[in-house]
Amino acid sequence: MSTMTSDTSIGIPSVADNLSDDPRRRAPLVVGDNNYATVTEKVCSVVERPKTPLAWYVAFGVSAALATYMVVLIGYLFWTGIGVWGNNQPVGWAFEIVNFVFWVGIGHAGTLISAILFLLRQHWRTAINRFAEAMTIFAVICAGLFPAIHVGRPWFAYWLFPIPNQMNMWPNFRSPLLWDVFAVSTYFTVSLLFWYVGLIPDLATLRDRAQTRLRSFIYGIFALGWRGSARHWHRYEVAYILLAGLATPLVLSVHSVVSFDFATSQIPGWHATIFPPYFVAGAIFSGFGMVLTLIIPCRKWYGLEEVITLRHLENMNKIILSTGMMVGLAYGTEFFIAAYSSNPIEEFTFINRALGPYAWAYWIMICCNVVVPQIFWSRAMRRSVPVMFVVSILVNVGMWFERFVIIVSSLNRDFLPSSWHYYSPTWVDVSMLIGSFGVFFTLFLLFLRFVPMVAIAELKGVMPQPASTRRNAEAPHA
Amino acid sequence: MTRFLFPKTTNLLRPVLILLSVAVPVYAVAFVWYCFSPVTIDKGYAPAQPIPYSHALHAGELGIDCRYCHSTVEATGKASIPPTQVCMNCHQTVRSQSPKLAELRKSYSTGEPVEWVRVHDLPDYVYFNHSAHVTRGVGCSSCHGRVDKMETVTQVAPLSMAWCLDCHRNPSQNIRPKDQVTRMDWQPADAASQNTLVNHYGTKPSTDCSTCHR
Repeated sequence: MSTMTSDTSIGIPSVADNLSDDPRRRAPLVVGDNNYATVTEKVCSVVERPKTPLAWYVAFGVSAALATYMVVLIGYLFWTGIGVWGNNQPVGWAFEIVNFVFWVGIGHAGTLISAILFLLRQHWRTAINRFAEAMTIFAVICAGLFPAIHVGRPWFAYWLFPIPNQMNMWPNFRSPLLWDVFAVSTYFTVSLLFWYVGLIPDLATLRDRAQTRLRSFIYGIFALGWRGSARHWHRYEVAYILLAGLATPLVLSVHSVVSFDFATSQIPGWHATIFPPYFVAGAIFSGFGMVLTLIIPCRKWYGLEEVITLRHLENMNKIILSTGMMVGLAYGTEFFIAAYSSNPIEEFTFINRALGPYAWAYWIMICCNVVVPQIFWSRAMRRSVPVMFVVSILVNVGMWFERFVIIVSSLNRDFLPSSWHYYSPTWVDVSMLIGSFGVFFTLFLLFLRFVPMVAIAELKGVMPQPASTRRNAEAPHA
Repeated sequence: MTRFLFPKTTNLLRPVLILLSVAVPVYAVAFVWYCFSPVTIDKGYAPAQPIPYSHALHAGELGIDCRYCHSTVEATGKASIPPTQVCMNCHQTVRSQSPKLAELRKSYSTGEPVEWVRVHDLPDYVYFNHSAHVTRGVGCSSCHGRVDKMETVTQVAPLSMAWCLDCHRNPSQNIRPKDQVTRMDWQPADAASQNTLVNHYGTKPSTDCSTCHR
């Protein structure tokens, strides 16, 4: 043990990189000449910088402008009605539901990283979980927006909830749309709690390092009086693992329920038992794509490359490769079932999907989701930051098109050929998709500016303990 | 810089916060439930009419049948408001010079209808058919109350969706023999004979959304 120790005063091995797969030694999760103090400093300094960098202002200005645009568009939509969208019979669901499923799916990677990888003791998750959970919360906010505004009279959106009222009206509990309301709101609540509980020790760190009374007060309020006593830590750990246990089934259940919106209907192309696992795999696939898209520039700009290492990125690329093949398998299975069923309507739907008027969207989806990730079979590609950045964006594009293909191409040619209709989005549809990214990035940039983006306290738990604090530190052997 | 920790006095806030987190949602639901309800905002509506027409006198004291004036009630969805000519059937001779009837005489001579103020006004998204109810034994007074005692017509029922549904789900107390529909003082008989009547008529009111929201 001690033979590996470098001769720095605190006794942490200094490692240049952690890409070796040598099974005799567990790869370190933090590289470079780092110890507890430098990690705290690195993460906190981002938030504590007295002068906000100009680039942040530029990025925030653009995002906030788009978010404002979104608010204006929603006002226009409410004032005029949903006719401003391109949806019309038989395509009753289009961009708004595509965007909803897209954003909910994005969220799933965050919960997988924070809950499932935690329970499976995948320690590498520690560097990215805060980041991914924040992404989850903001993505679910963007997702929740769309179903709320797509009900024709949004001021009655509260009818979705079982609230006693003078109309004797009660939601229809047999409707998957209602299950959706519960699934997504539960998901949001648990994700927010999980994220916040994990934040408490780090907020206390920021409070203790605060240079002004106001900062100390604000972070102090949110740190809930954390003092770091053994009892605090004990309760924190218990609460954290309980929340991880609660969040774990949600990774699988939420997108399963979202898939029920389609699977329990009788539309060919939607009515398939494969949908729940197919949607969950797709959600994790797209979520990891989004985590990579966000984390690659952030680790560079904020100098966190020694904490969020190339090994972390490579691990995520492996998940993208495997989940990408799962969705590929699902695409193939759908076609097999359509052929094997010998149901002419089912067969027509899938031939129409690949060769019909929306074939362009279908093949974008296949290229982005199935073909492109295959590049990650190559180790060099898995470790190339520019390559993975491009792939991550293509995965996002592909997964957005997957939802578009499922929703629109199943609807546009229904049972009655006289009502076939080629759906095209209006400028409002497209603007709202862009606007939702504005909302997302506005929230995300605020997160980067005011909240530590790496779980500092947890990260220290997966770093080697410095010799000076080891209770049973042995004297170094000669 | 001293770090901020909650002063001990803030512990006193804990029960207050717990109480508020329960009380505020409960209050909000109860507030909307009661205060936005037609029971609160519509029931008891009794607008002044251009002519102080008394149902208490005509339907009560004189005993004129509802259908003499509201003649379409059994045949169509709407219970018509009588045209001036119906009033003049009697009032050409009865109290023909009464100052209270000045508006009526004006209407008769000009041909402009009297602008009665509508009392029972359902929202436009609700389909209601009078004949469907009256011809199946739902009496006038079941919804409109004792009109024969009203000097000014007053809305006595809330006309809320819950109120409609209450009867559609369990109509037995409001079904009467079909020849009694315009009787104002009708009271339901005992439960057993009411149920017999409902079974005899085969009354099965629909509660599908599209029954009323077409």
